[in-house]
Amino acid sequence: MAELEISNVDDVEREYHSYISRKLLFIAVFVIACIVIIAISLSVNGLGLAPFEAFEYMIKHIFGTTYPYLSEEWYNDFILWESYVPRIAIAIICGCGLAICGVIMQGVLINPLADPYTTGVSDGASLGATVAIVTGFTYANVVGELGIVINAFIGAVVPAVIIIVLSTAIRMTPATTILVGVALSNVFGGLQTLVNYGADENALTEALRWGIGSFTQISWDSCVVPFIVTFAGGLLSFFLYKQLNLLSIGENSAKSLGLDVEKFKAFCLIVAAIMASALICYVGIIGFVGLLGPHLARMVLGGDNKYVLPASMLVGSFLLLLSDLISRVLIYPDELRVGLIMSVIGAPVFLYMIVRRKSSYGGVYRCSHPSEKTRQPQTKPRPCITPPRGERKCGSCCSRRRPCWDSSSPYSPARQVPFPLRTL
Amino acid sequence: MYHLSMENVEFAYGKNGILTLNNINIDIRNPQLISIIGPNGVGKSTLIHCMNKILEPTGGTVMVDESDVKNIKVKELAKKIGYVPYTSGDTFPLTVVDTILMGRNPHNKFRNNIKEDMAIVKEVLELMDIVPLALRPFNELSAGQHQRVMLARGLAQEPEILLLDEPTANLDIKHQLDVIRILKKLAVEKHIVVIMISHDLNLAAKYSDNVIMMAHGTVFAVGKPADVITKENIKEVYDVDSEVVMHGGRPLTILLDNEFTEEDAKLPEGASLEAKIFRKTGTAE
Repeated sequence: MAELEISNVDDVEREYHSYISRKLLFIAVFVIACIVIIAISLSVNGLGLAPFEAFEYMIKHIFGTTYPYLSEEWYNDFILWESYVPRIAIAIICGCGLAICGVIMQGVLINPLADPYTTGVSDGASLGATVAIVTGFTYANVVGELGIVINAFIGAVVPAVIIIVLSTAIRMTPATTILVGVALSNVFGGLQTLVNYGADENALTEALRWGIGSFTQISWDSCVVPFIVTFAGGLLSFFLYKQLNLLSIGENSAKSLGLDVEKFKAFCLIVAAIMASALICYVGIIGFVGLLGPHLARMVLGGDNKYVLPASMLVGSFLLLLSDLISRVLIYPDELRVGLIMSVIGAPVFLYMIVRRKSSYGGVYRCSHPSEKTRQPQTKPRPCITPPRGERKCGSCCSRRRPCWDSSSPYSPARQVPFPLRTL
Repeated sequence: MYHLSMENVEFAYGKNGILTLNNINIDIRNPQLISIIGPNGVGKSTLIHCMNKILEPTGGTVMVDESDVKNIKVKELAKKIGYVPYTSGDTFPLTVVDTILMGRNPHNKFRNNIKEDMAIVKEVLELMDIVPLALRPFNELSAGQHQRVMLARGLAQEPEILLLDEPTANLDIKHQLDVIRILKKLAVEKHIVVIMISHDLNLAAKYSDNVIMMAHGTVFAVGKPADVITKENIKEVYDVDSEVVMHGGRPLTILLDNEFTEEDAKLPEGASLEAKIFRKTGTAE
C-alpha cells in the first residue's frame, strides 16, 4: 500500500475515495483469482482437457450450448457438469457462507476468534450427525442421508440458541460468549466420544469421515439448500454491514449511535447459526474458512464490513477451491478430504497472520506527527523511509520504527548533537 | 427543546444489587456546559448511561424534551443525545474517517448521504486537529488521539445534548485546554447542552456553567462552580484537604497533603537518573 500524508483537509475526501478504490481493486483481483483456480480445478478431470477448454465447456453449458448425444463433446460436458462443476459450486457456496458466518459472528461478538467452530455450532452438528450414523436415531424419524442432515442441522442450532438465550438473559460480555462456545464445544465433543464408544467399526469410520468435511458425494441436488441459505444470508448481511460496523466500536457506543444491540445480536446469531448448520450438515466439518476469510480480508481492507463481507466471501471461496484442488491432485487419482487440507493450510496461515498482525493489520496510510505539522512548514510530502529490521518504533506519531524526520529537519537525529550523560 | 430531567432515578446493577444511583433529581434546561464531579465509584458514568438509555433505570423517570426515554426509539434518541465514552472498542481496524462517519448513523436510513456526511467529517477533523490522522486505522492511535477521534465522532452526531465520560482523561495539557474550549464553544455557539464527567476540578471550575457534585450515588451539591467547589465540600466528598482560592472569578483548587512531610520528600539514597538529552536546536545547554 502506498503511504501518503494528508496535511490538507480538502484532500481527505479525495484520498478517502482513492482508498475505497484500492479496496475495490483488491476485490476485483480476488474475483480473477477465483476464476483462474476454477479453470485449473476443472482441468484436473481425467478427460485431458486444458484449463481454458474445461472453463469454456462450463461457460457454454451455462449459456445453453448442447452437443450431439454420446459425442466426445457431449461426454466431456456431461462429466464436467455432473461431477466436477457441483464440487466447484459447493466450494464457492461453502466458502462464501462460512466466511459470512465468520464476519457476522466476529462482528456481533466483537471478537476476532468467533466463528462456527468457536461457538460450538460445528461440534453440535457433528454430534447430531454422529448420533444418526452410529445409533440410527434421527430427530425427524428419517433414515439415511437425510436423517444425518436433519440431525446435524438440529445439533448445530442448539448451541446457537443456548448462546443467544444466555447472552440476553445474563448480559454476557463478548469474551464470555466465546468461553461459553468453547465450553459447549467440549460438552458436544465429550458426548460424541460417548456415542462413538462401543460403536461398530463401519459406523465409527463413517462418523469419523463425516467429521472431516468433504465434497466427494456432492451432486447438484445437495447444492440446492446450501445455495438458497447462503444466497439469502449473503443478501441479508449486506443490509447489516452498518450495524456490524457500529458494534465494532463497543456495545455502549453502538447503542448511543442508535442500534438496538440486544435484538440485533440475537437476530444475527440466529442467521449465522442457520447458515453454518445448513452448510455443515451437507459437507461436514471444514475449519478455518470462517476465520481466515474475514481476517485475510481485514488485513488488506481494514475493518469496514461493507468491503470485508464481499472480500471475505471471495477469500473463503478461493481457499476452499484451492483446498479442493490440492485434495484432488495430491494423491491423484485418489483424493484426500477437503476438511483435512483446509486444516493443514489454515492453521499455519492463521498463526502467521497473528504474528504479522501486530505491525500491519488494516494499515493503509501513515501520517506526519500532528503537532509537528504546525511547527514545520512543508512544501512537499516527506519521503517515508522504511526502517531497518529490528529498529525501534516511533510510537509517538505512527507505526514506523523510526520517527518520521526529514533529513533537513532541525529535529533530524542526524543534526542533533548528543549531550554528555548527566546525573539528575 | 433542550430539556433533560431525571425524577427520583434509581439504578442497581443486578436484581438485588446495591443502589448505584439513589434518588437522583436533576432538571437541565438550555445550552450550557455542565461538569459532573465526584470520587471514583459514586455513579457518575452510571448517571450519564441512564440519561441516554444505555442503562435502564430501576426506578424513576428520565425525560428528554418532555418525553420519557423509555418510549423513544434508540435511533431517535441518538439524534438528540450524543455520547462519547471513556474508551471505545477498536477490535477491527476501521479508519478514523470511517469511525467518525459512524456518528452520522442516526441521521441516515439505509444509505449514507456521503457528500453531506463528508462535509461534516471534514469540519470535525479540522476542529479536533486530527486531519493528518484521517486515514489512519483507529486501533493504531495513541490514547490521546483516540480520545479526540471519539470526540469528533460525538460531534459528527450533531446532538442537542452531548454526554462525555472523562473527555480530557488521556490528553496532554494543551489538548485538554483545546478540547474543553471546543466543548464550551459548542455550548455557546452551537447551543448544545454539554454534560461531561471530569476529575479535574480546576478545568471543571474554570469552564463549566454549572457543576453537579456526586457522592454515594446521589447528588451532593449542584450549582455554579464557586458554590459547589468549596474546600468544605471537597473535604466532605473526597476526604481531601484543600485550599480553594478565587482566580478570575472562578475557584482554583490547591490540594494540600499535610501528612506528606519534608522527611517523606527526601531523595532515597543512591537514586539517580541519567539520560542523553537532545534539544531541537542541537546546541548544548
